[in-house]
Amino acid sequence: MTQDEVKKIVLDIIADIAPDEDLSQLKPDVRLRDQMQLDSMDFLDIVMELRKRHGIEVPEADYLKLATLDSCGEYLAPKFAALAAKG
Amino acid sequence: MNRSSQYDVVIIGAGMAGLAAGIRLAHFGKRVCIFERHNAPGGLNGFYSLAGRKYDVGLHAVTNFVRPEVKGTPLGKLLRQLRIDRSEFALCEQRCSAIRFGPDPGTELRFSNDPARLESAIAERFPAEIDGFRRLVARVRGHDDVALNSAFLSAREVVRTCIRDPLLEDMLFCPVMYYGSPTAGDMDFSQFVIMFKALFLEGFARPRDGVRVILRVLLDKYRRAGGERRMKCGVRRVLVRDGRATGVELDSGEEIVAAHVLSSIGSAETARLLAPPTADEANAVDRAPDAASGRLSFAETITILERQPAELGWGDDTIVFFNEGPRFDYRRPSAPVDVRSGVICFPNNFDYGDASLPEGVLRVTCLANPSFWIGRPPEAYAAAKREWYDAMQASALRHLPPLSGGLAAATRATDMFTPWTIQRYTGHLEGAIYGSPEKVRDGRTAVPNVYLCGTDQGFLGIIGAMLSGISMANFHILARS
Repeated sequence: MTQDEVKKIVLDIIADIAPDEDLSQLKPDVRLRDQMQLDSMDFLDIVMELRKRHGIEVPEADYLKLATLDSCGEYLAPKFAALAAKG
Repeated sequence: MNRSSQYDVVIIGAGMAGLAAGIRLAHFGKRVCIFERHNAPGGLNGFYSLAGRKYDVGLHAVTNFVRPEVKGTPLGKLLRQLRIDRSEFALCEQRCSAIRFGPDPGTELRFSNDPARLESAIAERFPAEIDGFRRLVARVRGHDDVALNSAFLSAREVVRTCIRDPLLEDMLFCPVMYYGSPTAGDMDFSQFVIMFKALFLEGFARPRDGVRVILRVLLDKYRRAGGERRMKCGVRRVLVRDGRATGVELDSGEEIVAAHVLSSIGSAETARLLAPPTADEANAVDRAPDAASGRLSFAETITILERQPAELGWGDDTIVFFNEGPRFDYRRPSAPVDVRSGVICFPNNFDYGDASLPEGVLRVTCLANPSFWIGRPPEAYAAAKREWYDAMQASALRHLPPLSGGLAAATRATDMFTPWTIQRYTGHLEGAIYGSPEKVRDGRTAVPNVYLCGTDQGFLGIIGAMLSGISMANFHILARS
């Protein structure tokens, strides 16, 4: 899975968690919480939806790696790849 | 052991907090079951039917109302966490509310869902206090009211650093205390902040058909997420072995296995499930109340009117907080009911567009003394209800525009509930609507896998109750697995 595909997955999750936010103008290299109202409860939800929908585990120590869409792509793409390899 | 009675989480109580926690847990794949002793959901925010009418129990108004463009407040957090579209709650905004302090002609402050209205009312009536009021608002806005650890700080002391006039101080405390304070006279500043924001900086709204609209949304979400629910099925004991809960025992004697227990029934009430009173203690009529149980309860009258309140000349105020006497005295009265202060609610006076309610409704709430009402023999209880119904109406009428023809002529039906009604139907000891004066912000109990949510965890109001269930489910269960 490419980083862009992973970003799309994260965007889909955010759209479900925060349907009241406009996601069309999000800049991929700016912190998500600087562009919209996302608090720690919402970040926990992103992590939990990744686990529920895709079986991806994000340990608490790595939460900062989900700060921007770009960093989500970089951090999560290898995890999706590892999961796919395990089949 | 039958697998069907083994759960990741057992939730005690199908009120707002229990249902919200259940939705979160079920959504993220936990096997969860809610046990409720009563036959209807809602707890302190339920409803009942009488002679073909449906009456809300706790709900005057949903506080914390903000419009969609206002982000980062409790209502928005709640909708996101439960994946609820705000249109599902069908909230209609209040028209206007008032704080009226007598004696006649008295002082009035009117406020609405626009905070500027209260600010200008204060500037007009208390010009020397307006700078202090603005400082207070700034302090409230800057306070982290949902921190899970905070020491008691006297709200009266904080407010007095900003407001010098005791009349204005009392007028601000009256709504805040009536809508959420479990403590007499003063309250914890964090609790004050939660309520001040909920009432004065956010606002009031209500679904046209009352609290059952909100309950229906929650029940539907919970069921679709795969949560189970057993009604008329009380928990009489939490089973503890080697210091950890292994499950619960129901009133029927059936045992349920659970990895976690989340209790919304109150801290003293939960402590009783962990160490049930002996038969002698349970039978003792004069048993002292549990140390941590609440002391404050209310009586409420409901009057169904022949016409809409506005047609009776009462204007379109939604909620009126009233007090007569030199100071506002919020404590358990020695009399059965303290009619000197109270809350008048006209559910008709929310903005329902073209769909006004079919009948006029007047509700009056006053502080009441649980030890007078609870356990009173039926005839004496009924007589006391008649007597105090009249006294509460008379007091409320003094704070409303005069009614030509008298209230009796305009009345179609009446009902009244007391601390006893509340204890009987919700299980909250002494009918303590706002629970224990000692809140347990982190929800921990004496047993590591038993947690509190709801009133005694300390987020207040109907939105607060739901956020409490969400926060405790997140903090203790979802974030750790």
